[in-house]
Amino acid sequence: MRFLVFAEHHEEGFVRNSLGVLGKAASLGDADAVVVGAGSGLAAQLGKHGAKTVHVATGDDALQAPLPQPRVDVIAQLAPDYDAVLFGQSVLAADVAGGLAARLDAGLNWDLVDVELQEGELVGKRPALQDSVSVDVGWTSGPRLALFRSGAFDPQETGGEADTHEIDVELRDFSTRTKMIEQAHAESEGKSIEDADVIVAGGRGLGAPDNFTLAEELAKALGGAVGATRAVVDAGWYPYAAQIGQTGKTVSPKLYVALGISGAIQHKVGMQSSGTIVAVNKDANAPIFEFSDLGVVGDLHEIVPKLTELVRAHKG
Amino acid sequence: MRIAVCVKHVPEGPSRLDPSTKRLDRSGEGALNHFDANAVEEALRLKGDSDTEVVAISLGPQKALDSLRKALAMGADSAVLVSDDAAAGSDLVATSRLLAAVLEKQEADLVLFGQQASDADGAVLWAAVAERLGRPVVSQAMELSLDGGSVRVKRQTEFGYDTLEAPLPAVVAVSDAINEPRYPSLKGIMGAKKKPQDVLSLADLGIDAGEAGEPGSRTTVLALGDPPARGDARKIEDDGNAAQAIVDFLAEKRLL
Amino acid sequence: MSRPSNFPPPFSARDYVAEPTDPADERIEVGVLVVGAGPAGLACAIRLGQLLEEHPDVAERLGEVPVAVLEKGKQPGSHLLSGAVVDPRALRRLFKDRLRMEELPSYGPVPGESVYVLTRRAALPIPPPPPMRNHGNWIFSLSELGRFLAERAEEGGAMILPETAAQKLLVSHGRVVGVRTGDKGRNREGGELGNFESGSDLVAKVTVLAEGTQGHLTGVALDRFSLRGEDPQVWELAVKEVWKVAKPLDRVIHTMGWPLRTGKRYREFGGSFVYPMGEDLVTIGLVVGLDYRDASISVHDLLQELKTHPKIRRILEGGERVEWGAKTIPSGGFHSLPQRLHAPGLLLCGDGVGMVNVPRLKGVHYAIESGRLAAEAAFRALQRGETPASALSSYDDAVRDSFIWRDLYEARNMRQVFGRGFFVGGALASAMTMSKGRVELGKMRAEPDAEQPLLVTDRDSSYPAPDGKLTFDKLSSVFASGNKTRDDQPNHIRIERRVAREVAELWTHMCPAQVYEVGREDGDGTVLVDMAPSNCVQCGAITAKGGRLTPPEGGSGPEYTAS
Repeated sequence: MRFLVFAEHHEEGFVRNSLGVLGKAASLGDADAVVVGAGSGLAAQLGKHGAKTVHVATGDDALQAPLPQPRVDVIAQLAPDYDAVLFGQSVLAADVAGGLAARLDAGLNWDLVDVELQEGELVGKRPALQDSVSVDVGWTSGPRLALFRSGAFDPQETGGEADTHEIDVELRDFSTRTKMIEQAHAESEGKSIEDADVIVAGGRGLGAPDNFTLAEELAKALGGAVGATRAVVDAGWYPYAAQIGQTGKTVSPKLYVALGISGAIQHKVGMQSSGTIVAVNKDANAPIFEFSDLGVVGDLHEIVPKLTELVRAHKG
Repeated sequence: MRIAVCVKHVPEGPSRLDPSTKRLDRSGEGALNHFDANAVEEALRLKGDSDTEVVAISLGPQKALDSLRKALAMGADSAVLVSDDAAAGSDLVATSRLLAAVLEKQEADLVLFGQQASDADGAVLWAAVAERLGRPVVSQAMELSLDGGSVRVKRQTEFGYDTLEAPLPAVVAVSDAINEPRYPSLKGIMGAKKKPQDVLSLADLGIDAGEAGEPGSRTTVLALGDPPARGDARKIEDDGNAAQAIVDFLAEKRLL
Repeated sequence: MSRPSNFPPPFSARDYVAEPTDPADERIEVGVLVVGAGPAGLACAIRLGQLLEEHPDVAERLGEVPVAVLEKGKQPGSHLLSGAVVDPRALRRLFKDRLRMEELPSYGPVPGESVYVLTRRAALPIPPPPPMRNHGNWIFSLSELGRFLAERAEEGGAMILPETAAQKLLVSHGRVVGVRTGDKGRNREGGELGNFESGSDLVAKVTVLAEGTQGHLTGVALDRFSLRGEDPQVWELAVKEVWKVAKPLDRVIHTMGWPLRTGKRYREFGGSFVYPMGEDLVTIGLVVGLDYRDASISVHDLLQELKTHPKIRRILEGGERVEWGAKTIPSGGFHSLPQRLHAPGLLLCGDGVGMVNVPRLKGVHYAIESGRLAAEAAFRALQRGETPASALSSYDDAVRDSFIWRDLYEARNMRQVFGRGFFVGGALASAMTMSKGRVELGKMRAEPDAEQPLLVTDRDSSYPAPDGKLTFDKLSSVFASGNKTRDDQPNHIRIERRVAREVAELWTHMCPAQVYEVGREDGDGTVLVDMAPSNCVQCGAITAKGGRLTPPEGGSGPEYTAS
């Protein structure tokens, strides 16, 4: 099967998720990549993540800003030669994939966490209904379009070489009408908890409002935001804006650290799609341990200050 | 000026997938997708006291009129529902085709969407609709203003905040950070029923049954199963070294 | 010995009676205003629709909105919960030849029945006591029936206004002239949020309160117009679950005995019901009188315990819980009915005034019948254009002539003899079985639930640990009720926050939705009660046991669909 992977980049690097998708594609068949708006120097890096050929489209000024519609024009030109076009989910990639689906009348499955070949046919895996069920999804014709959840695959460095070649693109009139007035730069502003990659959340197990500093210090060390359960927001320990759960915010950071949180279902539905969940709780029977990747039974007042120190030391 | 807001009627209560059709069971009660309430609110904010017309548009079973009425109760001027048995089970390709067909007739200067559907977790429809309409699209808007013939949007991405501008007519998907939807007033609720509400079939849109529903779709659901267990879940007791164990774990997962 | 009534809530009915305040041109005017989209209110709206269709001249006089129905839940049915095995009499009278029973959303007639007395491991079948025989009755989900009735009411021209709480009773010159609806968009401290939407005066020629058990304005009206009956109202608390099951259940089951204790000092009276709902659903509930004394009693956890009984476990095996809910049942019976069911401009219906036949475990048909009779009384008064204070008295006459009155009057002696509520027939059988025929007759139950002195045992230590499959914790249950109440809103529950420890423990255990928690000790022997009001499913138990429930922001609370 021939795959084309949209290699998304921001400033001087590729988005990790799209590299992971590229590696996965290379493990299933022939994988090529498409880079829009970056120099070919950057494109060559994709070889070691599994790309055989990298299509580069840089010619037009309209391709520079990270806007979706010109990218639809680029990929629509290449897609007919491929069985599938894969994307790592992001604001930009979702808009490109959606537009491409309409342009090509091609099936798009999103929110996939895995994909495999079953008897030569591509099958995607999608968790649904708050991850309570896993759905196998397919495509009835090609090219097959797919968006993968952040963190679905780790990038693999297989160490190959990629041929890069520049392509000419014809842009549609409406594709270039949106103008970027000011583009975001990494960490240009603080992030809200919905957008944080790392969340350290505190629950009743913190014991007292002042102990939220434990969560805050750890969050700072990890470069993340602080969240809270409804119980502690109700008790006035932390502001409502930080509440995570059924009646608060729904978050899916790469790392979720739960401190003194029992894991009631109202909280669970707000954070269960987090990439990796680490929980510290002194109650060994707390439900949170049923859906944590690493559960630590112990006194968070002892563990967290040490952890914060170690994280700081590690980050040097 | 005319603003069209696309809204979805989503199932309420504990959702389930029907094992026979493998589709979301939509037989129970439903409500306006709460993310779409932000889009309705934004349209009403832009309308203000002006003579701008706000039309709410949905695609779904007859019951979806309930959600359109909610939009009308909030203050939308009229509603259009595309409801046809042959449209059930439409995927993105088919849904965007139907919506684009309705929107073509609406000639709206601005088409608004909410940031995602709470049932299907989809967040791509606006891009497909904009493509079919041949209009510029901007998603994740957290601030929106109209300036002469264009729309200016501040939006949030993984990397921070962008500012974009697109000439009208345009398609914009708003984030749920853009506003706090209003509560329909009692007068609004009472007046909603009398506002114009059109129900259209595929034939009314000039769309063949083969282009909608499952025949018009390009994706399919193959099987339902249990969710994958969380990989290598570990549970440890603190023996004084738990902090180190956590750091090792995070390092191994490359999360540091 | 502490009693909840030693700690009265900061609540005064007077605060909920007001003159209209909106400027006259901003008031919303309707013909008949029905408060509560339950069986009583919807039957009233449906009957009014039928009458107004036959008399367009009267409809004309009632203005643009002849009939409006206010509902505090997300939609009609959201707050409806019952067993429900329904006596079809009232539905047949309501629809006459317009609809047959088969056209209603039911699970068919009762296919058969069993009654058991339970011990921890055994189940002893006994012949169903006469009042508990259900031949000819039909099984419903009351929530589903409510949605169906609401659609019929709308077809008949009624305007249903969901997500709207009736906060205050509007009274002008001694006459009820409508209600004021609740504000929306206030924060915890009562401040206005950006999307604040003020309540409105909704004025009507006739106001019908059909609020169901623990109705907020019904309580206010009973005080305002001095209508309370001979005996105070008393309640039972029912907690129930709906299960999707692997194999169909072929009969309705009632149980008594375990997990309730027979010791006299506990005053634990009640029983359970297990009803089939078609091929793949079963509903199971436990009902316990709120005059119980042990502060460690939790009906929620007793229901969890009940499900571990081999007899019950077998029914649920391989199944999955799909919904959970809780509600109180008024059980004072005949002597607790208000002296009058009307006041100037006002009619009172259904569970709100306690129209429940305790030994027969039935009330839905009285609610429907009383709603129908209220519609006819309101219509007669409107037809004649009458407004004198006595115009609505024909409603009281009609209720006295109806089977409601007859049934409740007949049942009054049952209650006097056995002093007990729901399951009284069963309680008798149970007592006879347990005591091998030596039956001790109880006293009439006339003291309010909140005046029962409390004792504390370790009953709670034997509740089963939740396993997430058969047995559940309270928060999982609240989730299964569909409750998505906005957290950041004013507290709608009035209680004295500093109380004796036993009272705090009583509330903590009693509340099936984990609203209360025993908090800080205050040196003087009292404790502070911590609260999570957004968990509340508005069952009303707190009103029975020493607090006062008021309606939260419209649209809050459970979203029952199958209960």
